[in-house]
Amino acid sequence: MRTRAVGVAAVVAVSALGLFGSSYHLFQLTLVVIYAIALLGLNLLTGYGGQISLGHGAFYGIGAYTLAVLVHRTSVPYWLAIPAAGALCGVVGFLFGLPAVRLGGLHLALATFALGVVFPQVLKSRGLEALTGGVQGIALEKIEAPLHLPLSPDQWIYCVCLATAVALFAVAHNLMRGHTGRAIVAIRDNAVAASSMGVDTAMYKSLTFGLSAFYTGVAGALGALAVQFVGPDSFAVFVSISFLVGVVVGGLASISGAIYGALFIQFVPDLADSVSKAAPSAVYGVVLVLSIYLMPRGVAGSLRSIVTQPKEGP
Amino acid sequence: MEAFLHQVFGGLANGAVYASLALALVMIYRVTHFVNFAQGELALVSTYVASSLINAGVPYWVAFVATVALSFGMGVLVERVVIRPAMRAPPLSIVIVFIGLMVVLNSMAGWIFGYDTRSFPSPFPSEPLFGNHYLASHELGVIGVTLVMLALLYVFFRFTSLGLALRAVADNPESSRLVGIRVERMLALGWGLSAAVGAVAGMMIAPIVFLDPSMMGAVMLYAFAAALFGGIDSPGGAVLGGFTVGVLENLMGTYVVGTELKLTTALALIVGVLVFRPAGLFGQPAAARV
Repeated sequence: MRTRAVGVAAVVAVSALGLFGSSYHLFQLTLVVIYAIALLGLNLLTGYGGQISLGHGAFYGIGAYTLAVLVHRTSVPYWLAIPAAGALCGVVGFLFGLPAVRLGGLHLALATFALGVVFPQVLKSRGLEALTGGVQGIALEKIEAPLHLPLSPDQWIYCVCLATAVALFAVAHNLMRGHTGRAIVAIRDNAVAASSMGVDTAMYKSLTFGLSAFYTGVAGALGALAVQFVGPDSFAVFVSISFLVGVVVGGLASISGAIYGALFIQFVPDLADSVSKAAPSAVYGVVLVLSIYLMPRGVAGSLRSIVTQPKEGP
Repeated sequence: MEAFLHQVFGGLANGAVYASLALALVMIYRVTHFVNFAQGELALVSTYVASSLINAGVPYWVAFVATVALSFGMGVLVERVVIRPAMRAPPLSIVIVFIGLMVVLNSMAGWIFGYDTRSFPSPFPSEPLFGNHYLASHELGVIGVTLVMLALLYVFFRFTSLGLALRAVADNPESSRLVGIRVERMLALGWGLSAAVGAVAGMMIAPIVFLDPSMMGAVMLYAFAAALFGGIDSPGGAVLGGFTVGVLENLMGTYVVGTELKLTTALALIVGVLVFRPAGLFGQPAAARV
């Protein structure tokens, strides 16, 4: 328990140091924090719930577009638009999960994959063009720090993301330790046993999906603020696959895994991109397969076993 | 009316391709109980191989046969190297391996063959066959090739002892092993066959949609929809589903949602099947012993 407290304090302290970095590094760190929230969302579903989603890029996109439309087309302030985006995603996720999660994970994988592939096309469609800006997307303005705080817009958005992330991580941590989390994990491990213990499996699965979409939607909204732009091609199926890679690499069913995964999907593709256009996705694919063989519990699981090994060893 | 019939027949040609891919999915599903997300990308690699052979001056049908044979080998190799070691892992891990394989194959195709869009030749004459007005000869050819392939597969599975052994393994691997069937070889054979079927589908669709690394994305989505619609464990259902989805796609695209939203038909169909008939038209409803 003490190591965990030290760990959390260290992460927050290191993150705060980011404020003093150059604006480019600050931007990268902001994205890491945002991805961490999105990955945490997917991990609630995939790691804890055992349900796979190949369409979380769409929820990330719905969150981003909801914020962009609210802020750009109406006069809703961004701090209201962020939870609104999350809430909308939560509802959409719950409704989408309702039919899909009653069945095996396979059907959910197919349905969410379809969602991920179709989503950019829907954004571009003529019917929604007035709202979404079609292929052009929507450009957003930088947000200013309130109360004349001595922070640049880049530093302020970083603070907003960090504060949101701390809050959402704390909620997820507590939720997964409580009876809700135990119910979710019980359904993953043995649905029949869980339902015979009185757990409403279909309801919990849909709720998990909604919760997961909520987290990812909030991340999408923050992402739109940080990038100051939303466009249909930013939310192609590749985003969904990145998230899955991040969750698997970071560690399934691990809260801290989301951070390692976010670091991975932020920095590794950039490195690989300098080799070849195909390299980022090639790295993703190879890492995905190898993680399952060599590191099934991800970076978080491997670190944990290194730390705890001396105590458990003979 | 003429335009309508044109859409229907065009849909049948695309549907033949979806039917082939859906059938390949069902073949893998029956032996592994997983959907092969990498099916489309295997077919993509095959199509690139065919394209390279044809560009090197190999006659079309020679390249066709060589590609089918090479794809068979590729399917066997993938099963042996990537899939078999993973089959003991939890289901979630296996799905992730399939996704990883899909991403690897796609990026390898882009890396080796480039991201430029290529045209792919059709082996069929450019004038309409038999003087009909509704169907371009490539479309007619696609339907013909698919039907011949389906007939061959039917004969193989129904009337040969190897086909019987394969069906036995899909049905009950343990008992099959007890009666002396080499289960591992049959699994490899199943993967090889489905990769070969996918290769034919890829070579048939490439002249219509053009060849680039994202070619199979939309095609696979329709094939998934077709397989789910027909019933993921039913070969006949997959074929019927493929043709249905092909026609539905064209009609919805032309008359209802517009071509830009054609792909949403696939999503709507997948969700619709999940809500109203999860086992598909001809699938066995899943029953598990508790």
